[in-house]
Amino acid sequence: MGRLSVFSYTRFLSSVITNPMFDIERWQEIFDTIRKNKLRTFLTGLSVASGIFILVILLGFGQGMQNGVAQEFEEDAITSINVWAGRTSKEYKGMNPGRRIQLRNENFESTNHIFREDIEFKSARTYIGGMTINYGKESLAYDLQGVSPDFQFIENAKIIEGRFINENDEANTTKVAVIGNKIKQDVFSSLDTPIGELIEVSGIPFHIVGVYSETEDREEERIYIPLNTAQKVFNGADRLGNISYTLPPAANFKAAVAEATQFKEQLRTHLQQLHTIAPDDTSALNVFSMMEVAQRYFSLIDNIKFFFWFVGICTVIAGIVGVSNIMLIVVKERTREIGIRKAIGAKPWAIVGLILQESIFVTAISGFAGFIFSMGLLEIFGPYIEVDYIVNPSVNFNVALSTVILLIIAGTLAGFFPAWRAANIHTIKALKDE
Amino acid sequence: MIEIKNLHKSYQMGSNALHVLKGIDFSVKEGELVAIMGSSGSGKSTLLNILGMLDVADEGEYLLDGMPIKNLNETKAANYRNKFLGFIFQSFNLINYKTALENVALPLYYQRINRKKRQEKALKYLEQVGLKEWSHHLPSELSGGQKQRVAIARAMVTEPKVLLADELTGALDSTTSYEVMGLIQKINDKGNTILVVTHEDDIAHMCKRIVHLRDGVIVKDEKVKQVRAAEYVQ
Repeated sequence: MGRLSVFSYTRFLSSVITNPMFDIERWQEIFDTIRKNKLRTFLTGLSVASGIFILVILLGFGQGMQNGVAQEFEEDAITSINVWAGRTSKEYKGMNPGRRIQLRNENFESTNHIFREDIEFKSARTYIGGMTINYGKESLAYDLQGVSPDFQFIENAKIIEGRFINENDEANTTKVAVIGNKIKQDVFSSLDTPIGELIEVSGIPFHIVGVYSETEDREEERIYIPLNTAQKVFNGADRLGNISYTLPPAANFKAAVAEATQFKEQLRTHLQQLHTIAPDDTSALNVFSMMEVAQRYFSLIDNIKFFFWFVGICTVIAGIVGVSNIMLIVVKERTREIGIRKAIGAKPWAIVGLILQESIFVTAISGFAGFIFSMGLLEIFGPYIEVDYIVNPSVNFNVALSTVILLIIAGTLAGFFPAWRAANIHTIKALKDE
Repeated sequence: MIEIKNLHKSYQMGSNALHVLKGIDFSVKEGELVAIMGSSGSGKSTLLNILGMLDVADEGEYLLDGMPIKNLNETKAANYRNKFLGFIFQSFNLINYKTALENVALPLYYQRINRKKRQEKALKYLEQVGLKEWSHHLPSELSGGQKQRVAIARAMVTEPKVLLADELTGALDSTTSYEVMGLIQKINDKGNTILVVTHEDDIAHMCKRIVHLRDGVIVKDEKVKQVRAAEYVQ
């Protein structure tokens, strides 16, 4: 075993040494020609390098857009499904159009029961308007909403202090409130913590028990109180503003979209039956699946990414064609030299190798230069880019590297045809070339 | 050294075939210095190209040092050229971005001889043609005569069986021509076989034998009394 590996190693070494890639003489010849044609080589290299540069930057921004959109969707649980009620627009079973639909606790409870196998989190919400909210002598102008304990997960709200509304609050109709981080900063900045402070809603005191944070400021300007309390204390009866669900995670994105769509349809049908709404009436109930929106965004981004790939690859191809073109000119200029080499004994493959190696060398060096430059740019400036829907543009290192390697292979092909042509020039004719 | 029997070659020129060589029988012994003379179109360059394996005959036999030369592909021809033949051209055909030494060493590169040995050997041959001090000069820094001497050193460096010279003095003035022919004679004196294609009478008479070619056939093949080039050069 050991002997075999030593044997194959020495064989490998000797093949490396006799390999023309490691032939110092040939490298010297290549450097000679490059030195003689600095500008031409530079321009060729530049076209390849900028091709790779543009490709990597485009791919980076494609990823940045994906990151940005993914972040937008992190605001709410991506599997969330929301229901709002509106007015009917169609006559159905003797009912007039224009009838106002009101979601009620019993709707929430019946859907909870029917879909108990399908759902992960559930929350109903009631919007309380027209209340005066005070903290001491300060008047606060924030949204007030009554929500279920699960609402935290539907909104993807992070509790940074204290706790969220819990089952106990629901059961006992406690007067507690959870505020957004923005409110804490705006109102309670002089305190260590707002927890335990009292706010008054229409004169009724509520204890602050928690602070939550979200990715967007707008969503941190809310005060949440228990749904039960909201309905009882503020005369909400059993009316609900909206109902939200999330679904458990699916195996993959496609399955999740399919499940969300199916659930959405079933939920809509069930509620339509409860409220005697025509199945094709779209204005009476608005059932909104975040997943479908996400899917639209992500498929848009897929298209944009595909387009970026396309543009990038075209740029790289332009670079490759440039290399091929230059190598054809090189061959033409060196026709006589090739004739001389053939006359004194160069074999066709030696000529092919000479031309090819120069082409590979130029492509590889400039390809890697473009690669390093663009990757560096993304690495250094990517994290600082703050534009809507673009977050941390970056490129998968392996993807970028394999693109460069592919480019070098393409460069080899690009050099091959000129090289082949060079090797097949008739020696006598080549020697007569001026 | 060279044996040619019934050699034919024609070129297709549009719809006409141009019969350039019409049955050449010809042989050269080792150590000979032969001039092939003829006006332009006589077929002398074609003959030299076939002898040099840069071109292939349509018909006939070619033996080089007893070895039949036939069915050549590019690789094989390149190999034979490299091992058995040395070329000297009218226009020198040096590679302009390589120094004299590198030009002379180039045929050895294609024999896969290592760099150090190549340089040693190339320097030795440059010394023989009297250009040792010029080894690191580019062709553009050399005179015509010097360039041709570099080319001769390059042809000699592989120690070929036959040297083939195509109008080697065609681009040189007469004084320089005689110097170069003097060098050729010296090389021949050491026993090397040399074929010189020329249309100049005085150059031909510096060889030991003159073969006259006209319209693709040998019209005269004579041994001559060699004129030493040194007689012309002071």
